[in-house]
Amino acid sequence: MIGDDQTPAMPAGPDGPAASDVPKLSLRGVRKSFGSTVVLDGIDLDVAVGDVITLIGASGSGKSTLLRCVNLLEPTDDGQVVFDGVDIAEPGLDPDPIRRRIGMVFQSFNLFPHMSVVDNVAIGPRKVLGTAKSTARENALAMLARLGLSDRADAYPDQLSGGQQQRVAIARSLAMNPEVMLLDEITSALDPELVGEVLDVVRGLKAAGMTMLFATHEMAFAREISDRVCFLHQGRILEEGPPSRIFESPTEPRTQAFLQRVIDAGRL
Amino acid sequence: MSDRPTRRERYERARRRRSVVVATVSTVVVVGALIILIPLTPGWERVRQAFFDGDVFVETFPGLVEAFWLDVKILLWATPFILLVSLLVALARNTRSPALFPLRAFAVIYTDVLRGIPVILLVFLIGFGVPALGLSREWANPVIWGTVTLVLSYSAYTAEIIRSGIDAVHESQRAGARSLGMTSSQTMRSIVLPQAFRKIVPPMMNTFVSLQKDVALVSLIGPVEILRQAGIDKATYANFTPYVAASLIFLAVTIPCTRLADWLLARQRARTGATTIA
Repeated sequence: MIGDDQTPAMPAGPDGPAASDVPKLSLRGVRKSFGSTVVLDGIDLDVAVGDVITLIGASGSGKSTLLRCVNLLEPTDDGQVVFDGVDIAEPGLDPDPIRRRIGMVFQSFNLFPHMSVVDNVAIGPRKVLGTAKSTARENALAMLARLGLSDRADAYPDQLSGGQQQRVAIARSLAMNPEVMLLDEITSALDPELVGEVLDVVRGLKAAGMTMLFATHEMAFAREISDRVCFLHQGRILEEGPPSRIFESPTEPRTQAFLQRVIDAGRL
Repeated sequence: MSDRPTRRERYERARRRRSVVVATVSTVVVVGALIILIPLTPGWERVRQAFFDGDVFVETFPGLVEAFWLDVKILLWATPFILLVSLLVALARNTRSPALFPLRAFAVIYTDVLRGIPVILLVFLIGFGVPALGLSREWANPVIWGTVTLVLSYSAYTAEIIRSGIDAVHESQRAGARSLGMTSSQTMRSIVLPQAFRKIVPPMMNTFVSLQKDVALVSLIGPVEILRQAGIDKATYANFTPYVAASLIFLAVTIPCTRLADWLLARQRARTGATTIA
């Protein structure tokens, strides 16, 4: 349902060299503390164009903060976040032009309750890209159609199911044509029977070649969709690798313990 | 579904009947007691003549309504300026940039000082003080400075209401908007303020009702609006009935506004889906 003409572009960046060997996004020694609590304790991570990288780990391991640091919603204390060759963690950098190129979807949707669904999707292009109102609306309707939400275009967010709301939030983010998508536990607030429709959208994004950084507790899905899985523990990436290796033969005892708890809870 | 009422419906119906009966009986008892007891007081006849004289009422009422028009005009001038000034003060208090520290400090002082002084004192200070600076005749008009006083005082209160509304919009809304690349001022304008204003409609209506009454304070520095006209009529007829008439005129405006405020509040509750807990 995603994947034709208006698929989010996946260029190597306007002035970047051709694909693969140079990462789209690269974190080096990223540190972040809230008061005396160290949340990110030196994160190194490379994301190439088209990569789908999942972040797994217990609550509080730093997954969300990592995503928020990449989107500059949280300032990093130290280290570099290099996006298309530019260190966006540079203090004092204007975050707005960066953010419009990086999409983010939140656990609690964060839709704008005072706007209809189609306005939620159109407002980014209208305000940030200066797209004409009618064009922005048309594009938004097309995006909603792609996500199977045409009939809800004029509804308000609180009239929608959680799964629909989260799909609208994804549409809102995609409307900006982001180069990278950050998905922050996007199914954690959903009833189990609604998780599937949202994950289907993520499958569609992967098929379209979207570069994604995905924090999740959905282990089966992480295993299915990831190019690489990172296990976070106390603000560090303890183990990183292809899903088959991480899920079948983790080398770190703490990864093993975490996956065992997940299996015991019946989530894998 | 059968036509037979459910157990809950029967219970609710019985309870409703019971509360109607209780309300009716208690109202009849209280009102009856007042009607019987008040005329029994020794001074009642004097009070009736002094405050409820039908002839004086009929004579003075049209003049009072006419004088009330000035109150309405002051109200209509003051309201948009209050909204504008209070919005600017609230936004100034919300700025973060260090370069805007003087603005922020000014906003804090503005709200602290103007909310801390009784409106009646402000009316005297500004109403007598500013024209004494030697303004030209048309600018020395007490109506203007009375209105300015109301704007200054009420925008300090209203700014705090707006600020509380802004604070009540959850941080995640800002995160949602900023993640799209919207600037902080775009986020404020398109996302935060529209939601904040919906939240503050009821307290704003309350303040508006309160403003309607405080317009009468402007009479203290001279303008013949309804309160002053009532005072003049009182002296002319040696009778307090004009004050009762003036009160009725105020009620004719404030009660609909109060009801409107209640209705808006109820509608907001219904929309956000909050249920009343028994």
